Amino acid sequence: MKLSHEEVQHIALLARLGLTDAEIDRLREQLSNILENFQILQQVNTSDVPPTAQSIPLQNVTKDDEVAASLPQNQILANAPQREREYFRVKAVLE
Amino acid sequence: MIAHQLTIHEAHGLLKTKQLSSVELTKACLERIRQVEPRVHALVTITDELALRQAQKADERIARGDTHPLTGIPVVIKDNMCTKGILTTCSSQMLANFVPPYDATVVEKLNERGAVIVGKSNMDEFAMGSSTEHSAFFTTHNPWDLNRVPGGSSGGSAVAVASGEVIYALGSDTGGSIRQPAGFCSVTGLKPTYGRVSRYGLVAFASSLDQIGPLTKDVTDCAMVLNAIAGYDSRDSTSVPYPTPDYTQCLTADLKGLSIGVPKEYFVAGMQAEVEKALQAAINKLEELGARIDWEVSLPHTPHALAVYYIIAPSEASANLARYDGVKYGFSYQDTDSVWEALEKTRQFGFGDEVKRRIMLGTYALSAGYYDAYYLKAQKVRTLIRREFDEAFAKFDALVTPTSPTVPFKIGEKVDDPLQMYLSDVCTLPINIAGLPAISIPAGFGDGLPIGMQLIGKPFGEETILRIAYAYEQATEWHKRRLKI
Repeated sequence: MKLSHEEVQHIALLARLGLTDAEIDRLREQLSNILENFQILQQVNTSDVPPTAQSIPLQNVTKDDEVAASLPQNQILANAPQREREYFRVKAVLE
Repeated sequence: MIAHQLTIHEAHGLLKTKQLSSVELTKACLERIRQVEPRVHALVTITDELALRQAQKADERIARGDTHPLTGIPVVIKDNMCTKGILTTCSSQMLANFVPPYDATVVEKLNERGAVIVGKSNMDEFAMGSSTEHSAFFTTHNPWDLNRVPGGSSGGSAVAVASGEVIYALGSDTGGSIRQPAGFCSVTGLKPTYGRVSRYGLVAFASSLDQIGPLTKDVTDCAMVLNAIAGYDSRDSTSVPYPTPDYTQCLTADLKGLSIGVPKEYFVAGMQAEVEKALQAAINKLEELGARIDWEVSLPHTPHALAVYYIIAPSEASANLARYDGVKYGFSYQDTDSVWEALEKTRQFGFGDEVKRRIMLGTYALSAGYYDAYYLKAQKVRTLIRREFDEAFAKFDALVTPTSPTVPFKIGEKVDDPLQMYLSDVCTLPINIAGLPAISIPAGFGDGLPIGMQLIGKPFGEETILRIAYAYEQATEWHKRRLKI
């Protein structure tokens, strides 16, 4: 089963990843090939097997709700691509 | 004495007895960097001024008698660990100008001990790759043969250590990214148990698999660096609140009473004959040293690990990398009024091919209609892989395998074939899936190219694999072979 142009475009939209037509064509081939190799997992019987999300014996790690110092505003804003006063400047989200 | 060739423990001895100063040692490393860097390209940033300032301070500290084994010793940090005020790029256009406002916990720990940071090392972009060819800046070359890859993704760290640019380095390992380049460059590389070392300040790739570890010239150094970086950190909720032993205390020269299993699934098709030969000789050596060897161990789910890994890691990556939106930091496409176009173009131009491929793969595996068949299925097989290791460790103290099925491959050989590239981590990635510790140490050469042996331990069983690695190292000379460049 080979992914269609539209399917690849749809995934790219979900990931908000701009792709050229040439990239989409290349990814159709490569992703289809990789996904075909993943079919090997369908041979494994996993009924009654619980999923593993992580490998350590810890659950529900919490910490006390204590006030602590945070980084100074000017240091956080130092990497901002677009900045206005003490704010990150973004493009209009609402029309 | 050639200063840049020293190990940590050798240099520490000389510093403590004032036969060498940290400034002299640092200058020797910086001179070596000037000499070999144009050929190996291991470093994204060289922090020479900072290094000399830190060396000066270290010398003052040593003069006061306040000396830790890492005080005054030059180190290189993989460029995905945050260093306050020092560029941290992940070898990506996305972070080409990113200067972190804080230090990763491991960097903080090294600084507290008086480390001397000489630079940040090259890697595959966002740690996705096995050769450093996916760095957005340049490819690092293997110093044993400059036409070959050093492995990846911590290729820059491995090469910096192997070529004597630095005394030791830190790397990160999500599917083999410390061990495979350590094997390819004939240095020692340890991936600790998941949870042993804090990931705070490590740029996230696959959060349930990532772990930071040392790349060093020998096993003693490896134990010393692990001593410095291991331990609980309240800023990483997956770091475990277990006590940390002194890892140098377990290094003994014999292996009496230990049983080691050889999983046969790791010696299969695609393995080069010289790798198999070297491993057989190395395992025979472990037996001579007193270990009981079982050559017939079976881990039947091993062939499924590649698919499990390349579903889980890209899925986690696609979520982690959603943060790169061009708003708070990093590359930002500005040439449009549309917020959506800006977002898509920021990610189109900021990420390289391999990162895009993995974001696409992960997004697909997590998307409606495919989640159960891919992501959930992979998580279930992950359970089976871990169980299989648990059963093996009920019988054995450690497992031994090659680090990689081949010697270092040629630059350009696999870069256009993602599946072939993924296969070069086939021996290392099951260990991340199970969250186990594993070390790669030099175990021979095939046609002048390094071969690594991987020792796998029980969860939090770093002491056992360090002990085996040390005994093997003391009985062999591979780790002493130095480069001619």
